[in-house]
Amino acid sequence: MDDLYRDYILDHYKRPRNFGALEPHDLEAEEHNPLCGDELSVQIRVKDGRIEDLRFDGHGCAISQASASIASEELKGMELEEVGKLGADWMLDLLGIPVSATRRKCALLNLKVVRGAVSGDRDWPV
Amino acid sequence: MSISARATIDALSPGAPGGEVAELDVRRDFPILTRQFDGNPLVYLDSASTAQKPQVVIEALAEHLRAHNANVHRGVYALAQEADAAYEQARARVAAFTGAEAKTTIFTKNVTEAINLVAYAWGRTNVGAGDAVLITQMEHHANIVPWQQLCKERGAQLRYLEVDESGQLDPTQLDGELERGDVKLVAFTHVSNVLGTINPVAQMTARIRAAGAISLVDGAQAVPHMPVDVTEVGADFYAWTGHKALGPTGIGVLHGRAELLEEMPPFLTGGDMIASVELDGATWNELPYKFEAGTPPIAEAVGLGTAVEYLRALGMERVREHEGALTAHLLTRLAEVPGLRIAGPPHAEERGGIASFTIEGIHPHDVAEIANRGGVCIRAGHHCAQPLMRCLRVAATARASVGIYNTPAEIDTLLDTLLAGREVFGL
Repeated sequence: MDDLYRDYILDHYKRPRNFGALEPHDLEAEEHNPLCGDELSVQIRVKDGRIEDLRFDGHGCAISQASASIASEELKGMELEEVGKLGADWMLDLLGIPVSATRRKCALLNLKVVRGAVSGDRDWPV
Repeated sequence: MSISARATIDALSPGAPGGEVAELDVRRDFPILTRQFDGNPLVYLDSASTAQKPQVVIEALAEHLRAHNANVHRGVYALAQEADAAYEQARARVAAFTGAEAKTTIFTKNVTEAINLVAYAWGRTNVGAGDAVLITQMEHHANIVPWQQLCKERGAQLRYLEVDESGQLDPTQLDGELERGDVKLVAFTHVSNVLGTINPVAQMTARIRAAGAISLVDGAQAVPHMPVDVTEVGADFYAWTGHKALGPTGIGVLHGRAELLEEMPPFLTGGDMIASVELDGATWNELPYKFEAGTPPIAEAVGLGTAVEYLRALGMERVREHEGALTAHLLTRLAEVPGLRIAGPPHAEERGGIASFTIEGIHPHDVAEIANRGGVCIRAGHHCAQPLMRCLRVAATARASVGIYNTPAEIDTLLDTLLAGREVFGL
């Protein structure tokens, strides 16, 4: 068993959940990882203060794509207020693999873009 | 001071012929190559980023700091004279290595600073509204952004020479651009840090000069890997950096044409670059000191002087031959990987020791991660060449690059990791 590229990571990488465009949407944002040129955007539909639905779009490494896919399933139905409080540990625990310092940015790119869309917080340090 | 550095070089006389395919037997000169990662010997295939350092360079730096350290150009005591002599001997060695004059060989921090020096000191006085600066799509950001800033500030136009499918420039496009009559400066790389393309620099600089424009060549990926004589290259400015040429970081080189350097105002101002300072002004020191403001990187210069002596003793023809054979092996082996595409010229003789590639179904970042598991160091990313990445229609590539200390067996190790990576990804 590969420590990093576990079956579920590769499954989410190859068949990412909740990817594509979401119309109509209420919130959106995009970010890129200058280290590797990865780009990720998100579109979010909001209902009653919660994320009703969301779609990521973009390209990136297995870690960044799988993180976005895994996070998307958890983010659906979450209160926006709660989303604004999510920290790096939430994502890293969810991912469940040892992430090196250089790959941290890959793993957290999706949370950065979601926080940007939800709270306008573009400067979240990852 | 020079005596001890010299003695060290002689003691470690590099590169006894290895016996087969132009192999250099220099590995024992590089202490870092004995390191292991997770039980795997280090396989360093990232020399285009920075080269590893031979013991003689490490020793020369340490010896300078240990026994000869003083500031330069101001002390009358014997120790300061030693430091002066060491610094100027380093300059003389570096100039001789590339066929340049010491007087027109300026030490900078790196290539980025060397290009900024020209963009500020020459560019701000010679480029104005209606003028154009011409660069190429294969440039490193260091040879793009300073010209973008210059053109924005002066109302000039920045234009790009295109890179074709095989990673080459088109000479007729250069001619066409020069015929427009507005090009003041053409800046381009000698060897592409992504494609490995070796540009026909001497032909290009001749055309540029004939058209009355100035040329600047980024030699960062050329000087460490092949014989380079800046007189033959014929550029008005030629920049390269120490750390890719087995030397320390923090020391770069700018060779310039004397008439231009004489006419140019200084870049950075302050100590050491002045002839005299009055309350309301100053006059400038002579070349090359006019362009070396403040205390320079003295020990780093000494280290670079030793590095180029080491390379000179090896012989740059042999370096090129060795790395050319490695590059051919690299291209052949990479072609064995299903779904792998290599950017740039197809043949090893048309390129430096650099191969950028993508593997269908595995992101370059993951390729580098997987290579690392076998102790193999390769780069992944945009390699500070985002405009070129867009031309290649990729967000990033993985890049393997060779140095004098690499062996064909190390490239085979890289291949093993790539094939294993395909399995991990279920390809």
